[in-house]
Order: sequence, then structure tokens, then C-alpha cells
Amino acid sequence: MNGQVPRAPLAELNGVVKRFGNKTALAGVDLAIRPGELVALLGPNGAGKTTAVRLLLGLLRPDAGTALLFSRDPSMPEARQRMGALLQISKVPETLTPREHLRLFASYYPDPLTPAEALAAVGLEDRGDRLFGKLSGGERQRALFALALVGRPDLLVLDEPTVGLDVEARRALWEQTRAQVNAGRSVLLTTHYLEEADALADRVVVIHSGRVVAQGTPQHIKSLAAGRRIRARSRLPIETVKAISGVTSVRRDGEILEILTPRAEGVTAALLAADRDLMDLEITSAGLEEAFLALTRNPVAPAGDPS
Amino acid sequence: MNPIDARRPNLQRIYALESWSELLRALRMPMYSLPTVLFPVMFYVMFGLVFSSGRPVLGNVSMATYLLATYGVFGVVGAALFGFGVGVAIERGQGWLQVKRASPMPPGALFFAKMTMSLVFGLTIVLLLSALAVAFGGVTISVERWLGLVGTLVAGAIPFCAFGLALGFLLGPNSAVPVVNLIYLPMGFLSGLWIPIQVLPEALKQFAQFLPPYHFAQLALKFLDASRGEPVALHLGVLVAFTVICLLVATWAYRRDSGKSYG
Repeated sequence: MNGQVPRAPLAELNGVVKRFGNKTALAGVDLAIRPGELVALLGPNGAGKTTAVRLLLGLLRPDAGTALLFSRDPSMPEARQRMGALLQISKVPETLTPREHLRLFASYYPDPLTPAEALAAVGLEDRGDRLFGKLSGGERQRALFALALVGRPDLLVLDEPTVGLDVEARRALWEQTRAQVNAGRSVLLTTHYLEEADALADRVVVIHSGRVVAQGTPQHIKSLAAGRRIRARSRLPIETVKAISGVTSVRRDGEILEILTPRAEGVTAALLAADRDLMDLEITSAGLEEAFLALTRNPVAPAGDPS
Repeated sequence: MNPIDARRPNLQRIYALESWSELLRALRMPMYSLPTVLFPVMFYVMFGLVFSSGRPVLGNVSMATYLLATYGVFGVVGAALFGFGVGVAIERGQGWLQVKRASPMPPGALFFAKMTMSLVFGLTIVLLLSALAVAFGGVTISVERWLGLVGTLVAGAIPFCAFGLALGFLLGPNSAVPVVNLIYLPMGFLSGLWIPIQVLPEALKQFAQFLPPYHFAQLALKFLDASRGEPVALHLGVLVAFTVICLLVATWAYRRDSGKSYG
């Protein structure tokens, strides 16, 4: 890439809606991956991450909005030749070797790596001639990664690349992903591990129930997720609690107030000051799942508000 | 990397590599590929050679002669339905088809490769049957007629590859094998592939008219003077119509399939 190349997104979703039957998988999603950037699409299972990926790869068509890959229809071969994808699949044809698969995939691209180069890029040189069925889970995933790399793509799409891998294999895949970014490639990564998004991404987009509920640096997203949950019996109006600095979200359940915040101490002090009758105070740590739910209820970043 | 030397992917090379990969995969799964070849051959040995008296069953046509054509049909149809139909259904279920579709693979390449594989299997079956028929069945056939028979059997794979493709996109990965067997075996019997159609009851003869393998078999049997003497155009017409319908269904099922999400 040089300075004259316009910084148009390599891949983008604009207001995309996708339904399966009467279930809405994506409810108006905007997403863009720009040159040189590693974007993590973070969300719990069923959030719509894989649907977003399939739309960008042209495997699905949006019901509304547009999906573009290199400013084209994603199903065009010209667009696909500049993209490599590592998808979640349950099985690979087991009676071929990684080298044989790579040789075939390399033939689809105008300027591919050799199978040996692709194997070296994922550290699988010594497994190139072993049948796929005889590889370990981590080795298979690396071989699929090599298939995604063999066409020298400008954009890599990695759909939950480390699910089911042990810690060591996961770290190895992270290293190889970073190496690709350093080589100038852009990456779209989907994950439900905050840790993974944090370790790799320049930008994190949080998706939940088919909507983008937050986005920003990994730092920002971590601060949203590293929260505490405060529960207490109180009559304070929700508006008053919302106004306390540091409160991410508030919910009332009968007499119980439930508050999510990254700064439990300050918020608790403010609560006690505002309501002397406050009772049954309870502070627990809220996990990522909790944060996703809070973000869906009260979007804090530009995103479609359901209400 | 010289940007001026913008190499384009070579289509012939892709088609050849794709076919070679399909074939290699199948050959390395003998559990799966051997039955496709051995069942028709084994049935032929049993019903055409071992348990047949050698006396003519139709005019002066022996059982070994009749069954050479019909087990050829049976084998070719089986290779197409299992190689194509079951293969597509399973790869679809595993998500591998998504990986291929997300790649810049020319869409025709996989279709071509699977058809090539079915044809190679079909041809192998026909050659084995022919060798057995001549060596042990006392079957005599002129070279011209034999070439006509082989050509008909290989070309006849095409409608059933289309049928396999449609089934592959309609069926689930687990139901594919039983459902294909449920179609393949009764259809084979009712089309007169196991027992000469001429000796079946009249009602079954009538019903056979609706079965594509019947028309395929009648075309093949003409080379052995064992057909029922219906016009070639009728058989060809049915098979062409069947191919078109299967391709339409396959296209519809393929579109429907891309609306689904797996995994």
C-alpha cells in the first residue's frame, strides 16, 4: 500500500439486516475494515458474528443494506481473490494432506504463495505431507489458516479462529495473526473472548443480538467489561442513579436497583449519600456476558437503540 | 512479484487439480469407494454368472448378456448418486463447501471434478463387468457394439450426476446415505436392472416408464439386442427432461441452502 491508495474500506457492511425465518440475525449493522487495521468483532454466541462474516464473504445476501468487499459484490471472484478466510467448520476432507489442499487452493489465485511458503507461515513445515485426518486440532486449524494465506490476501477474515484450541495453540495462532498484520494485511477477527480481542485488535466492535452495542479501542471495551454489579434495595429514581458519574447502566427490578459500573467505590458512596434508607447492598464482579447484556439494554456508544 | 506480470489463474489447471483432488480423496477412502465399484460387480458375478443357467432368457439373449448392460447402468447410477449426492450433502454439512465457496474457486470446478470422479468410477465398473462377461459369461459382442455400450453407459451418468447434485443440496448430511439407498435400490429393481424387465408383471412394466434408469437401461440394452424395442427418441427425451428438472431443483435447493446458517 502506498499513500496514493484511497483509504476506502476493504470490507464494509452498511445498515445490513439479515433474517432467518422470523429470527433476526442482524438488525442494521454498520461495519468497516480499513487498510492495515485489525478489527475484532466481539460478542457472545448467537450475537450475529458469523452471519456478518458470511455476508462479507458473499455466502449470504443481506435482506436490507449492502455488503461490499473491495467495493464490489462479495461474491465476485475479483473480490474474493484479494481475501482469505478461515471459517468455522466441523471437518475438512481428511484424506488429503495440507500440501495437496494448498496446491489446489493456490491454483485459484493470480499470485499465490507456494505450498511450502504457506506451510512455513503457519509453522507447519513438518506436517505438510500428513493426511488431514491425522493432524491434531491445533495443526488442522493452522493448516486452514495456511489455506486462507495462500493467495497473499489483502484482507484476512478469521471466524472464531481459536475456539477449541488449547492455550499454547491459541497463542501460536495469535503470533501468526500478528505477523500477518505486520506484513501489511488487514484482518477481521470474530471472537467471544475479550482476551483475544484485547491481545490482537486495533479496534473492537461489540455485537449483541444482531446490533453493534459498543465500539472502540480494546482499552475502552475492557473498561466496560471490567465492571462491578451493585445491587441494593432503594427508592432512588433511575434518572438520579444514571446521573452518578461512572454508572454504565441501571435497571430496576421491583425495589431492587441493579447498577453496572467500572468504579464501584465511588458509585456506592454516591448512592449512600443520595439514599440514607438504602438496604441490602451487594457488590459483585460482572463478567463479560454481564457487560454484553448491560450494553444491549443501554447502548453507550452510537448504535441502534431498540427502544 | 512483478505487478506488470499479472498472472491469471489457469482454468484448465484448476479443473484438472480439482478433479485429481476429488479422485485422490475417494481412492484413499476405500471403505467408501470400494463398495461403489464392488457391489455391481459382485451382483453380476452372482446373478449373471454363478446362479444363471447359461440358457437364453430372452430370445437368444443370456442372463449374463442382459445383466452386463443393466449392472453397468446400476453401477454408473450408483457412482453418480453416491459420489455426487452423498458427497455434496456431507461436505455441505461439515461446512467445507462454505470454505470452497468463499474462495475464488470457479463455481464449475467442483461440479466438473465430482462428475469426472463419477465417470471414472462408472468406467471402471463397466470395464470390470465387460471383462467378466467375456471371460466367464460366454458373452460375445462386436468391438463396435461394445464401444457403443460403454459410450452409452458413461454418457448416461450425466442425468444421474444432476440427480445426485439435487439430492446433495436437498438432503442433510446424516440422512443422505439412507435416503439415497432408499431411492437407488428399489428404483434399480423396478427399472429392470436386476431381473429382465420383460419377465416382470405388466403393471411393473408400465410403472417402469416413469423411472429414468429404465430408459437409461433400455438404451444400453439396444447394443445387446435385449431392449423392449421402444424408440431411442423416447428414452433420450425422458433422460434429457429428467436432467433439466434435476438441474432446476438443484439450483433452487442451492439458493435455499445459502439462506441457511450452519455452525
